[in-house]
Amino acid sequence: MIKFVLMVNRQGQTRLSRYYEPVELSRRAPLEADVVRCCLSRKKDQCSFVEYKDFKLVYRQYAALYIVVGVSDSENELSVFELVHNFVEVLDKYFSRVSELDVSFNRPITAALCLLAPPFYSTTH
Amino acid sequence: MYFYNVNELYRAMSPSVPLQEMIRAIRSARTQCEERGVIQRECAAIRAQFRQADNGGRSHNLAKLLYVHMLGYPAHFGQMECVRMIASPRYSEKRVGYLGAMMLLDEKQDASLLITNSIKNDLSHSNQYVQSLALCTLACMGSAEMCRDLAPEIDRLLRASNSYIKKKAALCAVHIVRKVHDLGGVSCIASSGGTPSDNSIPRVLHGAVVLIIELCERNPETLERFRKTVPDLVQIMKGLVLSGYSPEHDVAGISDPFLQVRILRLLRILGHNNEGASDAMNDLLAQVATNTDSTKTVGNAVLYETVLTVLDIKSESGLRVLAVNILGRFLLNNDRNIRYIAMTSLQKIVGTDHNAVQRHRGTIVDCLKDQDASVKRRALELSLALVSASNVRSMMKELLLFLSSCPAELKAHAASGIFNAAERYAPSQRWHIDTILHVLTTAGGDVRDETVPNLIQLITNASELHCYTVHKLYRALLTDISQQSLVQVACWCIGEYGDLLLRGECQETEAVQVTEDDVLDALETVLQSHMSSPATRGFALTATMKLSTRITDNVDRIRSIVSIYGSCIDVELQQRAVEYNALFKKYDHMRAAVLERMPVIEKNSPGHTNGESTGEAIKDIQPAKVKQGEPLLPPQPANQVCDLLDLLGGSEETLQPCPAVGAPAPGLLINTASTAGGDLLDLLGVLEPAPLAPAPTVPVYEKDGVTLTLSCEKQCDTGLTVTLTASNSTDSDISSFTLQAAVPKSVQLHMKAPSGDSLPARRTAKVTQMVVLNNPNKVNLKMRVRISYTSQGSAFQDTVQIDSFPGLDAAGQ
Repeated sequence: MIKFVLMVNRQGQTRLSRYYEPVELSRRAPLEADVVRCCLSRKKDQCSFVEYKDFKLVYRQYAALYIVVGVSDSENELSVFELVHNFVEVLDKYFSRVSELDVSFNRPITAALCLLAPPFYSTTH
Repeated sequence: MYFYNVNELYRAMSPSVPLQEMIRAIRSARTQCEERGVIQRECAAIRAQFRQADNGGRSHNLAKLLYVHMLGYPAHFGQMECVRMIASPRYSEKRVGYLGAMMLLDEKQDASLLITNSIKNDLSHSNQYVQSLALCTLACMGSAEMCRDLAPEIDRLLRASNSYIKKKAALCAVHIVRKVHDLGGVSCIASSGGTPSDNSIPRVLHGAVVLIIELCERNPETLERFRKTVPDLVQIMKGLVLSGYSPEHDVAGISDPFLQVRILRLLRILGHNNEGASDAMNDLLAQVATNTDSTKTVGNAVLYETVLTVLDIKSESGLRVLAVNILGRFLLNNDRNIRYIAMTSLQKIVGTDHNAVQRHRGTIVDCLKDQDASVKRRALELSLALVSASNVRSMMKELLLFLSSCPAELKAHAASGIFNAAERYAPSQRWHIDTILHVLTTAGGDVRDETVPNLIQLITNASELHCYTVHKLYRALLTDISQQSLVQVACWCIGEYGDLLLRGECQETEAVQVTEDDVLDALETVLQSHMSSPATRGFALTATMKLSTRITDNVDRIRSIVSIYGSCIDVELQQRAVEYNALFKKYDHMRAAVLERMPVIEKNSPGHTNGESTGEAIKDIQPAKVKQGEPLLPPQPANQVCDLLDLLGGSEETLQPCPAVGAPAPGLLINTASTAGGDLLDLLGVLEPAPLAPAPTVPVYEKDGVTLTLSCEKQCDTGLTVTLTASNSTDSDISSFTLQAAVPKSVQLHMKAPSGDSLPARRTAKVTQMVVLNNPNKVNLKMRVRISYTSQGSAFQDTVQIDSFPGLDAAGQ
């Protein structure tokens, strides 16, 4: 099941985050920093799946934005990989050529609402 | 989904700073401090606005607060506002209120209980979007009590005719099932869950499938009920796979892959351990596997799920072969992600379908050299699982190469894996020692602590290789003294076999002329180096001391070294040095006897401390007598010393005078040792023909010189490990020796890899095969074994039925 979804830029700033399990605010920042460090240090042609502590990270890079999804071990990683792409395509269609600015500054609430959509929801279980 | 231009509405409705402008202000803050200032001002303004009576801009303020929360700042003062907004009749306010509830409230907050009533009312609202808001929120942060209260409502909505509501209700139901564990809530939802599977709208179907998966995972009764739906699911899946292009649900050429993956997972759960259900889905799985387009990742995702399903249910063998072939294709794919998941899945089946995975060994070993850390890790684990007696040399070469270049976090794992593999499959002792030395030189810092005594024990056992070993270790010591384990072993060997080193000649490796001074220099370097740990220094000091009996000229130099350390700060070293000094001064007559060669150390003996114990007066006769006892015992996979213990009457006290198995007792035991040896001989003489109590072996087959014996060991109430040992007493070698076993239907059988497949003539070596049986229904245990082999060019085959197992009673329990 999906534990969290993060959208992070190249500098490591979290643009959007959604946790599908209760995680305290104080623990979120170090978790995000650690996860982002793992993903940003990887090269372009490396595997998109990283084993981190007791779950897996599936990440995808789109220009300057990284989308990182934390999943449990029993999840089909390729399926989540495709889900991320699907999500980005939806945002693209809606914002007509989405960019990092759209997600973080222009329409943050809208993007957050997107993360409540059924595909993410059903994959949380 | 309901998208909506938030900003224009807000700007029209309120005088305070609109969301866009606040965002702009935050962005323009140049430092963190400035940003915090902006946010604090805004929060203060928002708090003031909340305290006022209802004004038009409430939703707008809450939206700003949510944005602040998304940036990571505390926003808990908005919780009550959320509750108020949810209760408002206006849709815009409700929407932001529910969003706020989902983001700010969770089960631990008290305010969450206050929205229960609002949710309940909204669930029966006439507007479907309001209903869906309530459902989403409940699914997101509903606590167990809330879920229990509202379960009947959700139940009703599941049966609604509106598909939009139905799908949201299904997802909410999943959350409820997770939160509420008692059967009341679950059963009412389960009864309504039966209907969605014949619904044709994909999104509702998706929700329904997820709900069914959740129910089945938690409750075995519902699992039984839903097994009946397997044919329906198969139909739906067939429709999806074979249908034409459907623009609504198409992703890169595959129609609704997410739903396909879900259904496959449900089929996996339903077919697990169930023959009937598995049979029904065999055709479908084959169809999916062959028809899915694997050029894109999406197709591969569906294929991956199919493979996982095939491997997990009771599928027929043709299907399993197809699945493993798909995984093999994945391994050759250029995309690293796909190679990674192929190896993950192969790891799961390497235990059961070992041969199938062996075929892909070459590719897996190549992946060890991949750049990517995840792929490397998987390749390492899989390679370690694939090492067997036939490929151990080539695999070890690859693994050692890998060890020298692998990332630091994998080194320890790789080293211990290599040691295990070397121990189990070493073709010769020299190779074994070489391998361990190689590992110590490349990754000495990452090995476990017990490697040093294990290696020392191995070296003492290989008596013909002492000369070779000590030469090699000496050379290694000269090159590098930073790897502590290597240095410890080297010091011990030099101390023990220093005379062989100084003699200079060696058959197996080119000799090096070493003088006594050189050796002492080397040991002294280790003693004085800052890189040596205290334990290593201890080894070096003892080695120096032992050399005093093995060399002739420089005994004075040794004496002076030892006396220097008599005033060392390290207490352990000081104690040793003082004792050795005493040995030089007062007990010089005993020095030779004390520092004699150590006997062969037995592995796993009780009281076996570590190889580092200082020498004792032990006659060499003792080990020879104990060794003689070993061939009398029937070969067992368990260690032989334990059997020896049983022979000795099972009591620990008799071990004390037996030096080969126990730690050397303090003091000198020259006299008592010989009498104990005599006792040992008597015991061994008496016990020659008797079988051993712990694991009796019974010959089950004997024909044409091929003998098969069986011994078994009960692991637990229903589990049993059977060991079949084969030997060949004819004059010609036997090759391609394989054993196959069959058991009654309810018994589960798992055959481990055999130790080899050739039986040399005249019983020079044996082949053992372990079989693990699980007899959950406790039926009468029978086993039929088919033996096939090639001898003198012609193939032989025979079958034997085993009806009684030694160690079990007549009922096979």
